[in-house]
Amino acid sequence: MSIGMSIRTSHETDELRDLYRELILDHAKKPRHFGKLDAATHMAEGINPLCGDKLRMYFSVDADDRISDARFEGSGCAISVASASLLTETVIGLDTARALQFFSAMVRRLAGRPDLDSDADVIEDIDLGKLRALEGVKEFPSRVKCATLAWHALNSALRRDAQQVSTE
Amino acid sequence: MTSAVSGNLNTVPPVAERIDSVRSDFPALAQEINGKPVVYLDSAASSQQPASVIDTVAEYQRHDHANVHRGVHTLSHRATEAYEGARDSLVRFINAASRSEIVFTSGTTGAINLVAQSWCRPRLREGDRILITHLEHHSNIVPWQIVCEQTGAELVVCPINLRGEVEPETLLGLMDSRVRMVAVAHVSNALGTILPLEKIIAEAHARNIPVLVDGAQAVPHMQVDVQSLDCDFFAFSGHKMFGPTGIGVLYGKESRLDAMPPWQGGGDMILEVRFDGTTYNELPYKFEAGTPNISGAVGLGAATEYLLALGMDRVARHEAELLKYLVEKLVAIDGIRLIGTAEHKASVQSFMLDEIHPHDLGTILDHQGVAIRTGHHCAMPVMDFFEIAGTARASLALYNNRQDIDRLADALIMAKEVFA
Repeated sequence: MSIGMSIRTSHETDELRDLYRELILDHAKKPRHFGKLDAATHMAEGINPLCGDKLRMYFSVDADDRISDARFEGSGCAISVASASLLTETVIGLDTARALQFFSAMVRRLAGRPDLDSDADVIEDIDLGKLRALEGVKEFPSRVKCATLAWHALNSALRRDAQQVSTE
Repeated sequence: MTSAVSGNLNTVPPVAERIDSVRSDFPALAQEINGKPVVYLDSAASSQQPASVIDTVAEYQRHDHANVHRGVHTLSHRATEAYEGARDSLVRFINAASRSEIVFTSGTTGAINLVAQSWCRPRLREGDRILITHLEHHSNIVPWQIVCEQTGAELVVCPINLRGEVEPETLLGLMDSRVRMVAVAHVSNALGTILPLEKIIAEAHARNIPVLVDGAQAVPHMQVDVQSLDCDFFAFSGHKMFGPTGIGVLYGKESRLDAMPPWQGGGDMILEVRFDGTTYNELPYKFEAGTPNISGAVGLGAATEYLLALGMDRVARHEAELLKYLVEKLVAIDGIRLIGTAEHKASVQSFMLDEIHPHDLGTILDHQGVAIRTGHHCAMPVMDFFEIAGTARASLALYNNRQDIDRLADALIMAKEVFA
């Protein structure tokens, strides 16, 4: 590749680099906690009909209402897979109420849905930590659904109000 | 433009030599997307409209609109002339035998549903079969599934090969005495495959089976002559041939259309209404219940005239060269896997790049101003066949050029860098 091309690409890909940060690509290529969870107590499937993303999220919740394990399987784009992978790392060890606060915080942060802020004050306090790597989607409105798909599935699974959620 | 293309074919420069002027007919292609001149490679989903279509529709709305076939006043007369004039253009465009054979519908989907419900439903008995192929668009699958559910008939699907082709021998093997309709695409929207219609139709007719052709992806790319094809029905959409959305055509042989009851009832499809019975209007109005999409038809008429003036043979030659160039550029990129490699293809190419999900590819390309379609292309069985969730698809039209393909290739290389 010519030097000119390299200069052009480094200049023009800033927004793309922000979307596809190293952490995102790492989780997309090597998703953590990938696979079926036979001992799951809660499960939900997230489907994005637009692009065919399909993620099945498994959670094992113990007697103390704590998420002792989380896994996922399925296929999707880099953003949806990385988001699911980061989700599992985030929620293992949390109690379900706290996990649902993360759901609200993520949807609020990425999709700008203040209507979901039932606990606005609590949510404000949440440190999203490495989940902030997903914030690049805000510049790509068509990709917000990819980033929130796994979180909607988490919400659905823990509330047990549906077995399948769709982004539509 | 008309004067430039109306002469002897041999004296007119090929489209490729004056492609800049064709391109400049399309206002939407003169804009920037994400700071870069747009490269529109999604015409198989919906094509852009030339200024002549946009202006004709606007003129109609400004000066000529009224309801059709109703008033004695001047505006109603003008609206009717414009609407029926579009039908006349379409007769010439696909070489129908008469204007009775051109039924305006909402699109290809509406046209296929009309045939499924009006031709097939009264005729189908339990155990009868409808024969389609594995590469059909959902629009040529679901209407048949519905009528099969209604009647107890069975939907039979002809497999495709790994190149994405329908092998005539395989299809003929499925044309048994129980088949009541063969419904096939002319061109696959996901794979670009051109089906061997002449053979399929001849063999079906030898067995007394009518044939419906989903022509949505054929009409923007090639000359279609329904009489030479000898198909019984041919369905297509305005918005894939540089016209407006919400308008399409069902061509049907007059003998077939005559033998069909109206599908929907309402105004315009009747001659006389009494409470003890209604006399239906003649063809094609029998199938055009309610006030039609007049401005859509007028726009489609303008698009048809645009294509007639350009010459579909010339369009086909231009696109064949472009497709060859597209494939050359794609296979030169390390990690490209072409999906759909039929011997006979229209200028539609699906592909995968490395392990990059098509949706990610679509975002990166859009960021470079390059519009492609990503996903299942409303042909989920095709995706299942190739065991993929979706593809990236570049679809070309008469306004594309080599620079568009170069830009696509550059953007794909950038995608590889982002995902490296």
